[in-house]
Amino acid sequence: MTLDAKIPGGPVAEKWDRHRFELKLVNPANKRKFTVIVVGSGLAGGSAAASLAELGYDVKCFCIQDSPRRAHSIAAQGGINAAKNYPNDGDSIWRLFYDTVKGGDFRAREANVYRLAQVSNNIIDQCVAQGIPFARDYGGLLANRSFGGAQVSRTFYARGQTGQQLLLGCYSALSRQIGLGKVAMFTRREMLELVVVNDRARGIITRNLINGDIESHAADAVVLATGGYGNVFFLSTNAMGSNVTAAYRAHKKGAFFGNPCFTQIHPTCIPVHGTYQSKLTLMSESLRNDGRVWVPKNPGDKRPPHQIPESERNYYLEEKYPSFGNLVPRDVASRNAKEQCDHGKGVGDTGLAVYLDFADAIKRDGHDVIAKKYGNLFQMYAKITADNPYETPMMIYPAVHYTMGGLWVDYNLMSTVDGLFVLGEANFSDHGANRLGASALMQGLADGYFVLPYTIGGYLAGITPAQVGTGHQAFKDATQATKERIHKLLTINGNRTVDDIHRELGLIMWDYCGMGRKDDGLKLARTKIQALREEFWENVNVPGSDKDLNQSLERAGRVADFLEFGELMVVDALHRRESCGGHFNEAFQTEENEALRDDANFCYVAAWQYQDTDKDPVLHKEPLNFENVELTQRSYK
Amino acid sequence: MSKSINLTLKVWRQKGPGVKGRLETYHAGNISTDMSFLEMIDVINEQLTKDGKEPIAFDHDCREGICGTCGCVVNGRAHGPEAGTTLCQLHMRHFDDGDTVVVEPWRSRAFKVIKDLIVDRSAFDKLIQAGGFVSVNTGGAQDANAILIPAEVAEEAMDAAQCIGCGACVASCPNASAMLFVGAKVSQLALLPQGKPEAAKRVNTMVRTMDALGFGNCTNERECEAECPKEISITHIARMNREFLKAGLTAGEK
Ligand SMILES: Cc1cc2nc3c(=O)[nH]c(=O)nc-3n(C[C@H](O)[C@H](O)[C@H](O)COP(=O)(O)OP(=O)(O)OC[C@H]3O[C@@H](n4cnc5c(N)ncnc54)[C@H](O)[C@@H]3O)c2cc1C
Ligand code: FES
Repeated sequence: MTLDAKIPGGPVAEKWDRHRFELKLVNPANKRKFTVIVVGSGLAGGSAAASLAELGYDVKCFCIQDSPRRAHSIAAQGGINAAKNYPNDGDSIWRLFYDTVKGGDFRAREANVYRLAQVSNNIIDQCVAQGIPFARDYGGLLANRSFGGAQVSRTFYARGQTGQQLLLGCYSALSRQIGLGKVAMFTRREMLELVVVNDRARGIITRNLINGDIESHAADAVVLATGGYGNVFFLSTNAMGSNVTAAYRAHKKGAFFGNPCFTQIHPTCIPVHGTYQSKLTLMSESLRNDGRVWVPKNPGDKRPPHQIPESERNYYLEEKYPSFGNLVPRDVASRNAKEQCDHGKGVGDTGLAVYLDFADAIKRDGHDVIAKKYGNLFQMYAKITADNPYETPMMIYPAVHYTMGGLWVDYNLMSTVDGLFVLGEANFSDHGANRLGASALMQGLADGYFVLPYTIGGYLAGITPAQVGTGHQAFKDATQATKERIHKLLTINGNRTVDDIHRELGLIMWDYCGMGRKDDGLKLARTKIQALREEFWENVNVPGSDKDLNQSLERAGRVADFLEFGELMVVDALHRRESCGGHFNEAFQTEENEALRDDANFCYVAAWQYQDTDKDPVLHKEPLNFENVELTQRSYK
Repeated sequence: MSKSINLTLKVWRQKGPGVKGRLETYHAGNISTDMSFLEMIDVINEQLTKDGKEPIAFDHDCREGICGTCGCVVNGRAHGPEAGTTLCQLHMRHFDDGDTVVVEPWRSRAFKVIKDLIVDRSAFDKLIQAGGFVSVNTGGAQDANAILIPAEVAEEAMDAAQCIGCGACVASCPNASAMLFVGAKVSQLALLPQGKPEAAKRVNTMVRTMDALGFGNCTNERECEAECPKEISITHIARMNREFLKAGLTAGEK
């Protein structure tokens, strides 16, 4: 099998136009004959489901929450990028493209990123038309702020709740189509299998999370928009229900997994404070617009922050990266925080924290201006820590946040299984080895509103509608497999809880496949994961019944998949003999401790093919060609 | 400063819809005051699982106060004792050693209990489906800056748009009214120029749907505003009422 990304020919700026012209179209009267399943109702899935229904397709949409409005996208805080250049500070489609390719440490596909930058402006127009109350300046025009990895202000925002507002906009469009009968919405449903017939995706098997029914759904194409896999680390900034199950089940049915080891550790999160902790809370990167990051100059200095004079503080990001300062990309900021803490300069009880200080900004702009920009974030911080960030600097530490890896897709967002499309965080496509802030919301909505509605037409135009129904043997087999797995989970009756095992897996991943990776550690992690997986299947305790709402069972199924998927991440990390973006192998670094890429040998997407749990996955390579952005050592000095 | 406390919990357990439920007593020992309320339930659930019992079913997802999934009545108050706080953001430092804490699901005719503390809030989705949107298809929108919206108007619309759809307003209202929920959406879209063309139709269908779904009427008790974790003001209900009156005057265009 060779990987064909199906990138259209011609200059990068013309590819998308040309492709849209060359794609086959489905006649408007025929669209309603095609059923499309969309799994996920976050920004990517919700926007796709609404847009496909508007075009006339028959859409079935699924989510695990009780309402599509609650998808994890709701939690995004800081903002969404677009190349509008409203502030007149030199932005352009080309610059957004360039920043994103560079920010991703040259491991993304140029053609996809360029298209993303192109449609970014349409997204903002669409969102405003839906009634999303973005922040505005006094003349009534849209306001912008800055995010890491860029020297222009291109981020649109709605207070610290941008994801919420974008998702509610998308949810309103989806609700309108549900009301019109064009989308059948299935809430509290979990996809547990992909059904493939003659190498084409033809449907899914779901579990009704209220009564436990195992249901079959057939369609002409399946779209996965099921989000990222950050919860493989147990502790992350993701919602508790975020999982890899849908993507991993598809992987086992033939969809290659791209760059699984590219995970993003976000620099500004509230530090870990106890073993009972269930999740980590992000403090939006937008805070680095005004907050200054520092640690004491002397290791072991345990004085409270206000007793440490200016001369004994180290504003290490400003010193080391004078042109980007506190707004360096996330991977760089995270690694530097870890480095300071490794040198004993970390603050707080655990020594695993650095300060993010607003004193200067408050002095310069006043309390009210800062409160208006970040009020809800400050409030959230105060609620969790019982500290007042207006008076004392915040304490922050990196935490798992986003996953750049995901199912491999071609330029049409189709995976290696025909008819299976993957959108949003669940695919690997646009962020390379490191995602810049405010670009996941952009990508999710680009995929769902402006890319898939075209490309899926190109696929559907080539097939006959409704060829396979749920009576097909493949549905029966998949149903049977699902039931057996659930039965197995419920009858192990061991001694360890699901969370207990998940927590242990998370620690293995964090210690060995987190911010700094080493060959020995990765090898050790692999054997530890294998042993833990074995233990899980012998000794896990899942109470309750399969015919009922059973949250322990839901979690058990997800952790079972994380236990296989974690190993794939480690395999990927071991094979990549270079450092790039979020993948930092300590053996490969520059003299200044920056990630050292090996473009001669690793300038490719690693797409893994599933064999069997006991067999090594097979590596396929999609070479990356940089024709428009020159491959250079990233510098933010 | 973090410390540990001991609590007695009385938690509503109910096997399924329509089945009789009851309060069961649990001992929550050695609870760190830095835990969130939901982390405290996690601890109880781990213990229940180890003891071979079924853990308490409760809804939650983001655990940072934005998805609107969590929510229970704690000691008679929706989302517990702290103003402007969802249950997942409520920390145990707001409780004292030795306290007894009663935890019950949202109670409302429109929200049926599914299991233990989990209720069915799909009526909220139906309300939005009835008209909580601007009818624009994807594509073809004009440039975002072609619509000028004064900052104060955008801010006020944002105050309303912050609703997380948790249902606390309904649960705390003696009439189980959904006026704050509907009012927030109607008000947001009535404030913005984008929402104007459909304003009359929207308020009419949303109000009619609210009645049909079994939500009660508003009698100005103001409990919703007091318990709303996003502190959404009842001025949005007033704006909805004005919109409703206006719509009545132009009833011809329904
Ligand atoms: C705290 C936080 C803040 C962030 N802030 C920003 C920001 O400011 N700017 C930015 O650009 N990005 C931000 N991000 C990243 C961004 O929010 C996400 O990458 C993005 O929202 C993902 O959207 P999605 O549609 O791909 O997936 P999600 O929103 O995760 O949606 C996944 C959907 O799939 C469904 N699903 C999952 N598994 C199954 C299954 N097995 N069966 C059925 N349904 C399933 C879920 O129910 C859900 O509907 C932030 C992320 C976090 C965690
Ligand atoms: S869990 Fe999301 S608001 Fe509480």
